[in-house]
Amino acid sequence: MNALAQQNALAQQVAPAPLLSVTGLSKRFGNVAACSDVSFDLYPGEVLGIVGESGSGKTTLLNCISGRMAPDAGEVAFATRRFGLSDIYSLSEPDRRRMQREEWGFVHQNARDGLRMRATASANVAEPLMNMGGRHYGKMRAETEKWFNRVELDPSRLDGQPRLFSGGMQQRVQIARNLIHRPRLVFMDEPTGGLDVSVQARLLDLMRELVRDLNLAVVLVTHDMAVARLMADRLLVMKQGKVVETGLTDQVLDDPQQPYTQLLVSSVLQI
Amino acid sequence: MSTQSQPLIIIEELGKTFTLHNGGGATIPVFGNLTLQIEARECVVLAGPSGIGKSTLLRSIYGNYLPSVGAVKVLHHGVYVDISTAPPYKLLEVRRRTMGYVSQFLRVIPRISTLQLVAEPLLDNGVALDEAYARAEAVLTSLQLPRAHWDLPPATFSGGEQQRVNIARSFIRNYPILLLDEPTASLDAENRAIVVGLIRDALAAGAAMIGIFHDDEVREAVATRQLPVAQFKLAA
Amino acid sequence: MTVTAQQSNQPTQQYNYAYLDEQTKRMIRRAILKALAIPGYQVPFGSREMPVPYGWGTGGIQVTAAIIGPDDVFKCIDQGADDTTNAVSIRQFFAKVADVATTEATSEATIVQSRHRIPEKTLKQGQILVLQVPQPEPLRGLEARETETRAMHAYEEYGVKYVSLYQSIAAHGRITTGAGYPAMVNQRYLMTPSPIPKFDNPKINQSDAIMLFGAGREKRIYAVPPHTDVRSLDFEDYPFEIQSWEEICALCGSEDSYLDEVVLDDEGNRMFVCSDTHHCSVRRDAGHAGPLAGHALATAQEAAE
Repeated sequence: MNALAQQNALAQQVAPAPLLSVTGLSKRFGNVAACSDVSFDLYPGEVLGIVGESGSGKTTLLNCISGRMAPDAGEVAFATRRFGLSDIYSLSEPDRRRMQREEWGFVHQNARDGLRMRATASANVAEPLMNMGGRHYGKMRAETEKWFNRVELDPSRLDGQPRLFSGGMQQRVQIARNLIHRPRLVFMDEPTGGLDVSVQARLLDLMRELVRDLNLAVVLVTHDMAVARLMADRLLVMKQGKVVETGLTDQVLDDPQQPYTQLLVSSVLQI
Repeated sequence: MSTQSQPLIIIEELGKTFTLHNGGGATIPVFGNLTLQIEARECVVLAGPSGIGKSTLLRSIYGNYLPSVGAVKVLHHGVYVDISTAPPYKLLEVRRRTMGYVSQFLRVIPRISTLQLVAEPLLDNGVALDEAYARAEAVLTSLQLPRAHWDLPPATFSGGEQQRVNIARSFIRNYPILLLDEPTASLDAENRAIVVGLIRDALAAGAAMIGIFHDDEVREAVATRQLPVAQFKLAA
Repeated sequence: MTVTAQQSNQPTQQYNYAYLDEQTKRMIRRAILKALAIPGYQVPFGSREMPVPYGWGTGGIQVTAAIIGPDDVFKCIDQGADDTTNAVSIRQFFAKVADVATTEATSEATIVQSRHRIPEKTLKQGQILVLQVPQPEPLRGLEARETETRAMHAYEEYGVKYVSLYQSIAAHGRITTGAGYPAMVNQRYLMTPSPIPKFDNPKINQSDAIMLFGAGREKRIYAVPPHTDVRSLDFEDYPFEIQSWEEICALCGSEDSYLDEVVLDDEGNRMFVCSDTHHCSVRRDAGHAGPLAGHALATAQEAAE
């Protein structure tokens, strides 16, 4: 082997292990193949966008890889703290629930699904700490104040109820609640859907900053190509349950290879 | 940095052909059989008339366009990484640390301040906030962008001002490799000269560059080698 | 078979011993045994129609009915008092259907059924306390789904309960829960001790007696066997505290019993008296007196006895 090849071999050996590794994931509902044979690896610091139109299977895929729905075939392996790289569906339910609580975050499209609307914002943000055994009120409260500032929420609203907040504010509370426990992987389901465009812009930047600062891995499901371009490092394009194309975001959007991707990209309105 | 004998970029038999599936399956060959090596302190300028595929070539090297055939090997942390086959996380790492791209257009999240935009490449590489912002201010100053603009998002700037923000983002770090696509296109003579200065400083520090320059003067000032693209053009 | 007017006017119908049929008693006893084996765990049971409607202590009555025998001595209190309507009627009910002796003296009772209080007199080995429970699920206020609360108990996911304590401190500067204060049983299950004042929570911890909890409407039974660890929830910097008063009992002068506030007139006059009526009368008989000793309230109590 010449020097160059030796160097390359060395580089392969010290390649980092993926944080999340999905292999051959499939899910049917009756006769409908919602997901067919989806595979990908995700590394720390990567934002993976799953894009596609309604009915493409992206929500089913998200549910399967986030532990909410067992697939019919395939594996979802996550580098858990307790058990190392494990298929999350091979874990017992309490272990899986615990892992979801301690190592993951999930930001829903609708804050109603991700927050306790009648608990105060501060309590919502502190809850993950209490779930992980936090028993000192003062320290937890200080932590929620820190996070309120971090997501650019007015600290005077700490004891307000999220049901009285604007949509953008609710999403910020959701983001804080899903990051306070320092997860390594965050799932986001259309996190800015339904928000005003200007609110979206600020939220997206906040999320990018947080991803960078915390070296988060993110799986972001969206039908909005503009959000995908801004947030995602790489894309998975889905159509009728299959991954039609995958690659770096700018490459997929600027040089789509597949017919469907070309159609999708050319259909997006440019302002 | 690399030793004198190791090229920073090795391009082997690179070619690009577009296929428009929704346009009746039309194929558009652009270029092919490009083999090239570039070493430190070299600035290879792609020459040729408009529409010949210079930009396509540059983008194919960056991985913005997927090469149809061939390899682009970039020296990254002492090891060659093939852009056309590397896993996404590797490509992202290469782009973050080793290979920068100065495009003609500034495309960023709206409502983000100029200072923040320029500091981002440093922040992405772990530089502390204060230092990153200080360096951003320095580079914007050298590009003569008025201080009043620093806290504003660039969306409302003139073309030339936006371009200077673009350039600031690309030169705030010492990228070992820089790809430049018409970086001085919308700049006046004074600002062009400043950019030329930045390019020459970076070259002197050991960078390798491939560039497209519309302006003869700039081209002459920075090019160490000219590559006529026409010789790689594929017949339609 | 037709029932003649004479027959239907019989003063006493034929009830099974302690009102419930033997099969039902067996089912409830099994539930009680399971509850004792898993302290704090809510055991579902087949709650029956009782001669009072749901919400009036049917759970407590069914638990008592399943365990009571002719040698027992039965005491019944309602918020500490032996002489309220409900306490009296339940006591008379068991006197009739179980043919048992009844008492107001805590130390003489073998079974004490209670709504919303634990007697001041420390219970001893051989005594059983039966508490009436309206809502056995401590997490219901925050989580409406039964499927979720069952999973939370199964997986010991109790963080959410701390959320309500957290909010209390944020809103009021302290934990304001006064009754039904949640507690961890045997370091495993979270329970609500029924709406007893938190003042009584420490009495459940490491008791010599058996404590049974019956919720008739919600169809759950749970239990704390003797010498079980029961810790009320709190934060490191906001530890659990019981209620205290500046006043003493106006009638007997007790300084450490749970006091009820009694409004005396329309001019804002009020007095504080022991909630546990028997405890108070025992003290008065022993010669203790409070600032309002001899008040009509005390006389009325004695008349009722």
